[in-house]
Amino acid sequence: MNAMTTPDPGFATDRAALAAALAAILPARCLLVDEEDLRPYECDGLTAYRELPMAVCLPESEGQVVDILRTCHRLRVPVVARGAGTGLSGGAMPHAQGVVLSLARFNRILHVDRASRTAVVQPGVRNLAVSEAAAPFGLYYAPDPSSQIACTLGGNVAENSGGVHCLKYGLTVHNVLRIRVVSIEGEVFEIGSGAPDAPGYDLLALLIGSEGMLGVVTEVTVKLVPKPELAQVVMASFDDVARAGDAVAAIIAAGIIPAGLEMMDKPATAAVEPFVKAGYDLEAEAILLCESDGTPEEVAEEIVRVTEVLTASGARDIRVSQSEAERLRFWAGRKAAFPAVGRITPDYYCMDGTIPRRRLAEMLSAIAAMERKYGLRCANVFHAGDGNLHPLIMYDMAKPGEWERAEAFGAGILELSVALGGSITGEHGVGVEKINQMCVQYTTSELEAFHRVKAAFDERGLLNPGKAVPSLHRCAEYGRMHVHRGDLKFPELERF
Amino acid sequence: MAVVTTLDEIVAAVASAHDAKTPLRIRGGGSKDFYGGMLAGDVLDVAGHRGIVAYEPTELFVTARCGTPLSEIEATLAERGQMLAFEPPRFGAATAGGCVAAGLSGPRRQQAGAVRDFVLGVRLVDGAGQALSFGGQVMKNVAGYDVSRLIAGSMGTLGVIAEVTLKVLPRPVAETTLVFEMTAEDALARLNAWGGQPLPVSGSFWHAGRLWLRLSGARAAVEAARGRLGGEIAVDAEKHWISVREQTHAAFAGEVLWRVALPPTAALAGFDPPSAIEWGGALRWHTGVQDAVRGAAARAGGHAVLYRAPESLRCREGAFAPLSPALLALHRRLKKGFDPRGILNPGRLYAEF
Repeated sequence: MNAMTTPDPGFATDRAALAAALAAILPARCLLVDEEDLRPYECDGLTAYRELPMAVCLPESEGQVVDILRTCHRLRVPVVARGAGTGLSGGAMPHAQGVVLSLARFNRILHVDRASRTAVVQPGVRNLAVSEAAAPFGLYYAPDPSSQIACTLGGNVAENSGGVHCLKYGLTVHNVLRIRVVSIEGEVFEIGSGAPDAPGYDLLALLIGSEGMLGVVTEVTVKLVPKPELAQVVMASFDDVARAGDAVAAIIAAGIIPAGLEMMDKPATAAVEPFVKAGYDLEAEAILLCESDGTPEEVAEEIVRVTEVLTASGARDIRVSQSEAERLRFWAGRKAAFPAVGRITPDYYCMDGTIPRRRLAEMLSAIAAMERKYGLRCANVFHAGDGNLHPLIMYDMAKPGEWERAEAFGAGILELSVALGGSITGEHGVGVEKINQMCVQYTTSELEAFHRVKAAFDERGLLNPGKAVPSLHRCAEYGRMHVHRGDLKFPELERF
Repeated sequence: MAVVTTLDEIVAAVASAHDAKTPLRIRGGGSKDFYGGMLAGDVLDVAGHRGIVAYEPTELFVTARCGTPLSEIEATLAERGQMLAFEPPRFGAATAGGCVAAGLSGPRRQQAGAVRDFVLGVRLVDGAGQALSFGGQVMKNVAGYDVSRLIAGSMGTLGVIAEVTLKVLPRPVAETTLVFEMTAEDALARLNAWGGQPLPVSGSFWHAGRLWLRLSGARAAVEAARGRLGGEIAVDAEKHWISVREQTHAAFAGEVLWRVALPPTAALAGFDPPSAIEWGGALRWHTGVQDAVRGAAARAGGHAVLYRAPESLRCREGAFAPLSPALLALHRRLKKGFDPRGILNPGRLYAEF
């Protein structure tokens, strides 16, 4: 299922010339050109989109990154930077005329500084490894995307990754202080610093979440924060999804910003309970998980307030975790939602829209109507605290017409997210998957502004072409033309 | 001078300035005319484009037109027990648009984050007179480049901010301020040590041998921290923090004021003694002419802003630390992308554009 087999008319790479040019600047162990070596790089976590690159470079030094980019710039060859390849939107899918620039060998933690609470790491360092290195100092790196055991900081920077705790602790953009970036022309920039701000435009904010379109990151300085002494979770069940949504609003209105605030609907709890035995209330239409962290005194105070609000909001049952083991068990179901749904359906399609929380009931009833319209089931898991909904549309690729119905269902959800005042993607990125929906979210002049930002960094459009921001031509063509997506790679990773 | 009160009027005014290649000097409350590069161009007065467009306390956002006074926004938030957590200075008449354009944050920045951390969306009129929207009213949105955060601190050079959406937060349940007698060296050491512990420190201000430390959060957390840290309970704490936010405190007095942002652990050596230290050690204020401060800040991993100074000095030194040639070239290309004829606040950030 190759989504993009048509050669890009903008590029005409001479495979032999490219291989020779790269071989001249890289040792043999840093360059792959044979098809069987290229095959593992043909897709990222979004496996329905596959493309073989012409070469994969595995540089070991910033100087090599500079040389690779200069070479590609000179030869007008597309470059797709890649971290662990766990992304869910096809952002690291190779270009058929291009090079994959893997940062996998940039895997060293260069410095953890206890006094200034910062860590300097290379982009190929795994997210969780940063927190592990900081743990002896009572510190950790806050953003915790579900793939944190495998995903890398470079990829987190490219996608502005979030996690379950971002309502309270922020996204990658709130937790990165400085990056070193190599431009497509091979120029090295330092963006940001260990100081609270830097002179000039906030390029750090612009580069974080730019999906590899503006530069290649070779070093990242992150902020570390003191690890809370205690965390406890309240689990509440509701007879009505709208009432659960109102309870979320009531918690916020009471002045509480929980460390995590998650919701699952009945189809989702029904899918996960047999799988993880978390003790979920299977009669409930929705369950809420609300985590509190801090000092023991602080947590005790917040749990009392949360429990009061949930009771007043009409929860049918409330339980508070009494041990770390129980807290993890309450979370286990939420964290296992994706694989659990994967057990009850041959295929599923995960969406990533964000909506204002107050529109939740509206969105869920629209999804219920779409289930009837398309004849497909959908389970909903929801980062309720920040309005990020992950509907999991269940289908069977083997049954003719089901995938087409699933993708129409998904497009309907994304477009409704925009109509309700939200966004097509909260944390997975646009990549190649949601590029058509960008035409729905933004006007022509806004897309043109994005293209001018791109041109300021990469005039020839060589960095990750065809991703993140659609050409105006593509938007003009997009009527009901949809592209494919499919199964998850890395089934062993938690996905939430 | 052009006075505009609607988005359409902003669009029309910028479009005609674009056609005529007339530089515009964007003005909200006029409270920060002292800040940044030289003022140039015909005044585009946007103060009349005002009013809160949307406020959803349970969604944690407020959307306001650019000319809305911060005092009006914060009074509205306070009615629902919420606040702008980056604690922006008002300097009298500061507006939402000017607040985001200048990117200045107050004492709570060390706990909550800066202006840019709270910008969720902007409606912008670019230098060609096009109305554009970036971001939105939701906390998580990774569709497209994060232009709305880029606008924070851009000093009006990339577009006229017509409307902004800011994340808001609940006001803390409890707040206490402690005062300690200590030297600048000791204050720096203590602030960095406390920063590595789970303490609810929401403000710090050292001046002339005294350190004020504000604790905010759950009642239990504030009480527990107070017990651990010692110090005296400050009287008139609220007035004190307002004087820091508004820079009416004596520490900020003088004709020339430098704002030096550094890694919080940067040593005092290499600098003249600071007049004030904020943000857990990461923000230091120096008064008087300081020929060496820019070089010292750069060597220490930070930068120095000539925050307030007579025109002649600001003109000579530039308000902001100079950019490397490569970064300056990038800034110029971005500027050109948003403002092709260079008509918006020319020279307000750097003399070069």
